[in-house]
Amino acid sequence: MTIRATHELHARRRGRNVGVAVLLAAFAAIVFGLSVVKVQQTGGIEGFDHVLRPEMLPPQEGVGQ
Amino acid sequence: MTDASLHQSIPREIPREAEPSFRDYVDLLKPRVMSLVVFTALVGMLVAPVPVHPFLVFTAILFIAIGAGASGALNMWWDADIDEVMRRTAKRPVPAGRVAPGEALALGLGLSLISVMMLALAANLAAAALLAFTIFFYAVIYTMWLKRSTPQNIVIGGAAGAFPPMIGWVAATGTVSLEAVLMFALIFMWTPPHFWALALFMKDDYSKAGVPMLTVTHGHDATRTHILVYTVALAALAVGIAFTSIGGPVYLATALACNALFLRGAWAIRKRTTTDAEEDGYATEKRVFRLSLTYLFLHFGALLVDATLKSFGIWGGWT
Repeated sequence: MTIRATHELHARRRGRNVGVAVLLAAFAAIVFGLSVVKVQQTGGIEGFDHVLRPEMLPPQEGVGQ
Repeated sequence: MTDASLHQSIPREIPREAEPSFRDYVDLLKPRVMSLVVFTALVGMLVAPVPVHPFLVFTAILFIAIGAGASGALNMWWDADIDEVMRRTAKRPVPAGRVAPGEALALGLGLSLISVMMLALAANLAAAALLAFTIFFYAVIYTMWLKRSTPQNIVIGGAAGAFPPMIGWVAATGTVSLEAVLMFALIFMWTPPHFWALALFMKDDYSKAGVPMLTVTHGHDATRTHILVYTVALAALAVGIAFTSIGGPVYLATALACNALFLRGAWAIRKRTTTDAEEDGYATEKRVFRLSLTYLFLHFGALLVDATLKSFGIWGGWT
């Protein structure tokens, strides 16, 4: 059952609740931004796509020389 | 949960004025102290010789500030009894009855944990460990122990306020170096004359609260001498920083001017007696206290200007 704000307590706490909501949204945005920057700073990333990638194989004698 | 159960749990006799506002929780974090922390930590991070992504700078400074705020909330939780007695602090949320002591404790502990974890993610473990130590130092070593036990409380406790530029530097470089220690020392040496000037014109606030400030245990004359001695040591250190790798011409000019004014103010305080001070309403002490705030802002601002000059190639160092 949905909780309906019928008590005046809800009105009194509105400012505080809005403040907490804004803080949580800002925190989520910061964590997201932090993740984006950290990933960008990691350098080149190759996705694992179940495909053999020759550049990752150890070099063999006489191959490619 | 239903409407019925929700309403049964609400004590209807809660007086309207007892409901804490969002602002009360913000006040628990001592926003004015946070502004100083933000500025000095930002300078510490920007004068470091390692470029940092602007978003990481923003995040690191934000969580250093939140860590400082958390220690402020823990301080207000522990000190509610003496805050209630002192005029300067009686209107704080806990002594005024707007926020319950347990809420201040929970907020302080919660934000401490979040700020340390997030600084570790945004910067590095060394900076996070330094922030955790700073919170511990301010909340436990200063607030719970030194503040009520020794007149040297703000001398040693001043270290807590001196850590932010060092944390900023470590957040950028990953290590503590001489420059970080010098920025720490600048605030550490500045704190005693700053607080003792305040204590002189706070009159009997500290004695009523039973806090053994130097003005209470050793009297005003001894405090005036202490202010002068610390200011002389501070001036030597502040000017000396100009000739290190973080100093420069703008900082040197600023340090010479500010320290000349601060020394003159400290000497004026030293020459006065309590009778002189009471006659003009502690005008000199209040002037030096205000000057001390500008003093610190200008020193760190000048460090930032010199770092900017270096980054644009306008200033290449003393050698």
